[in-house]
Amino acid sequence: MKHTPKLALAALLSGTFLSGAALAAGTHPETGEQLADDQTFTYRVLDELSSLDPQIVEDVIGSEFARDLFEGLMSQDEDGNLVPGVATDYDVSDDKLTYTFHLRPEAVWSNGDPVTASDFVFAWRRAADPETASPYQWYMGLMSIANGEEVIAGDLPPEELGVRAVDDHTFEVTLSSPLPYFPQMTTHATTFPAPQAVIEEHGKEWTRPENIVSNGAYVLEEHLPNERSTRVRNEMYWDNENTILDKVVTLVINDENVALTRYMAGELDRTEVPAGQFPRLKEEYPDEAISFPRLCNYYYTFNLSDSGPEAFKDVNVRKALALAVDRKIITENIMAGGQPEAYTFTPEAVAGFTPPTVEMAEMTQAERDEMARELLAEAGYGPDNPLSFDMVYNTSEAHQKVAVALSQMWKQKLGAEVELANMEWKVFLEERGNQNFELARGAWCGDYNEASTFLDLLDSDSGYNDGKYSNEEYDALLEKAKTAGDTTDLYTSAEQILAADMPVIPIYHYAGVYMLDSDVGNWPVNNVEQNWYSKNLYKIAE
Amino acid sequence: MFAYIVKRLLGAIPTLLFLVVAAFFMMHLAPGGPFTSERPLPPEVLANIEAQYGLDQPLWKQLWDYVTGIVLHFDFGPSFRYKDRDVNDIIAQGFPISLTYGTLSFVVATLVGVSLGIAAAIRHNSWVDYFAVSLGIVAQALPNFIMGPILILTFTLWLGLLPGGGWNGGQWEYLIMPVIALSTSYMGNIARLTRSSMLEVMNSNFIRTARAKGLPARSVIWRHAMKPTLLPVISYLGPVFVYVLTGSVFVDLYFSTGGLGQSYVNSALTRDYAVLLGVTILYGALTILVNLLTDLAYAWFDPKIRY
Repeated sequence: MKHTPKLALAALLSGTFLSGAALAAGTHPETGEQLADDQTFTYRVLDELSSLDPQIVEDVIGSEFARDLFEGLMSQDEDGNLVPGVATDYDVSDDKLTYTFHLRPEAVWSNGDPVTASDFVFAWRRAADPETASPYQWYMGLMSIANGEEVIAGDLPPEELGVRAVDDHTFEVTLSSPLPYFPQMTTHATTFPAPQAVIEEHGKEWTRPENIVSNGAYVLEEHLPNERSTRVRNEMYWDNENTILDKVVTLVINDENVALTRYMAGELDRTEVPAGQFPRLKEEYPDEAISFPRLCNYYYTFNLSDSGPEAFKDVNVRKALALAVDRKIITENIMAGGQPEAYTFTPEAVAGFTPPTVEMAEMTQAERDEMARELLAEAGYGPDNPLSFDMVYNTSEAHQKVAVALSQMWKQKLGAEVELANMEWKVFLEERGNQNFELARGAWCGDYNEASTFLDLLDSDSGYNDGKYSNEEYDALLEKAKTAGDTTDLYTSAEQILAADMPVIPIYHYAGVYMLDSDVGNWPVNNVEQNWYSKNLYKIAE
Repeated sequence: MFAYIVKRLLGAIPTLLFLVVAAFFMMHLAPGGPFTSERPLPPEVLANIEAQYGLDQPLWKQLWDYVTGIVLHFDFGPSFRYKDRDVNDIIAQGFPISLTYGTLSFVVATLVGVSLGIAAAIRHNSWVDYFAVSLGIVAQALPNFIMGPILILTFTLWLGLLPGGGWNGGQWEYLIMPVIALSTSYMGNIARLTRSSMLEVMNSNFIRTARAKGLPARSVIWRHAMKPTLLPVISYLGPVFVYVLTGSVFVDLYFSTGGLGQSYVNSALTRDYAVLLGVTILYGALTILVNLLTDLAYAWFDPKIRY
């Protein structure tokens, strides 16, 4: 089976066609827009990145750097579709267990060395090696690479990992079981190539600007922790001719209101909009305030384990609480950033996912409230025997507003007595992870654009299943989806089970809410994972 | 004097050791650890990471390794959060920044505060006095977390005169707002303290004597009133100096200076044990040092105090 991502050919063709054009002319080669003389993109990040090492990086901010500085086998386009990276295409064996990636011969590192299959072999072994102690080591297990789990556990040496350099430009991966979304997983930083010689020479200081060698469209020019980083065009990059942005500057600004002020003062091209401020900004700056769906959900989970309250073991109680939540108030009045209301656990924006028709979503809020009261009465709770429970969330102004609104809805509509408690993040995680809660806030952002990244959370054996929900039928569906060709129906059925069992209360799905300068071209609003690449952006002349 | 200094410095060692031990155990008492995350790591992955950082050892062993690492190699260990960097790197990068704007803030707060206080006391009950007192009260009521946003709104957004944050190697336009934000409230306190101290001194017998023997007002103030006026101010300046160096979290936060205060708070929130301990030791040592300097300054200002 031969897979040539559809854009590959187009990109190659336009590559030859565009040679020199982007640099010489002041217009964008495809859209014809007038390009700005200063091709610098400056954006705000909340925090200092965790690492610049692709095998070790674990945060969103660091991954954004990794995608610019390094290039993996595959990349994503503006819509999140798979496009060639270092690999031009790949073959899959008939048993779907062997993937052969063909690497482009023109790809080189920033020091001029060619990017070869052994760079990938080195990187993948390194990611799985216990010696590296990467917090994303588990990702190599998730990819179902042959011997992956054994290498991670230290039972086999990294050399036994199912990856191999057939020749300089052919990289072969053997899987332990078929994984339909395996190619998508090669867009993740953990799988990016790593320069062995540089790492061996400099140790953990290899990511310093003076030492780093990378193969992406940009190189690291400057990194001042907690202050600023600059990456500039990599002249050695194979597709440098089609890269328009010259420079990308990242400013660390902790306070989002200060960041907004600095955006207004023209110091930034992009910043996040603080909760609740979107409507005002949208009115004042209609071209700059943008909101689009993200692959994240916001929910409350019931503790269904033995330590959880008896009341939550009754599905009618869980349903009543879920029904009584007026999601419109939360999305429109509290968050107010264009977040979609959630009636399923998996966001609708996820690729290959069709949400089932959930009864609750079709009803009006008045009908839901009516049904909630009936269900709660059926469960034996009422004015004489009010439902009472505790709910916890991690300390944050926005979470507090949502929690207060929820508790008020339950109190007014159902007469429930709810105790609110907030906890510092690490304490919260510890308590929730040990089932020391009754109802707890949860949120999850997808690791990849596929429903299983969400649905796996509620699998009986999942380490993330803090509410200890368990349903054999549900687990079986997910098991089946791992190897099925078309998973859409399986995921829809899984969501139907969740809607019937209601182990969690979905509240809303996240939206990316930004102020984005109108002179920034081609921001990938349709890439729900927000995996953006600076090489696809450009600045339009104002 | 020399013997006294040596004695004080030697006495600092057990204090610091106690600080390390107390901070170490308090840190480990807090729920959660550096690798607790929303995505709990699979047990074998967690075990690999903990082994890498020595967190699989018993607590006493971890403490012992930590202390010996510092004493023998001056190595404060690796950061658990920022995996490309050591605590030594983090301190080497952040501390000079905190030290620069902290010292500047201290100098500004002291010079302006003392001048205002003296001017107010000398021109007691005149417009100068009222002006200085009002300014002092307003300044005192403006802690740095209020000053930060006000300054950024004014100078960056409305006037467009100054960059809204960053450090840029300590270029002057990046220093102005952090220094003003940090020094204002201390300046108010110093002005108030200097004024009341000076008023008291000016009413004392030896000043009356100095005046009675016909000394010009200038000599009375500079030669006789100054030292006793500054004594209470100095006892306040010691802690202030430590505060401006350590309490700069909000300045780091609002102005993205990259200083150490922010790393300190983040390390506590993320349970980055080594960074938290390293900065605690640094701040502890600094406090001890500044206290010693304050005591020495005391001796210079007050002839009654001798060590």
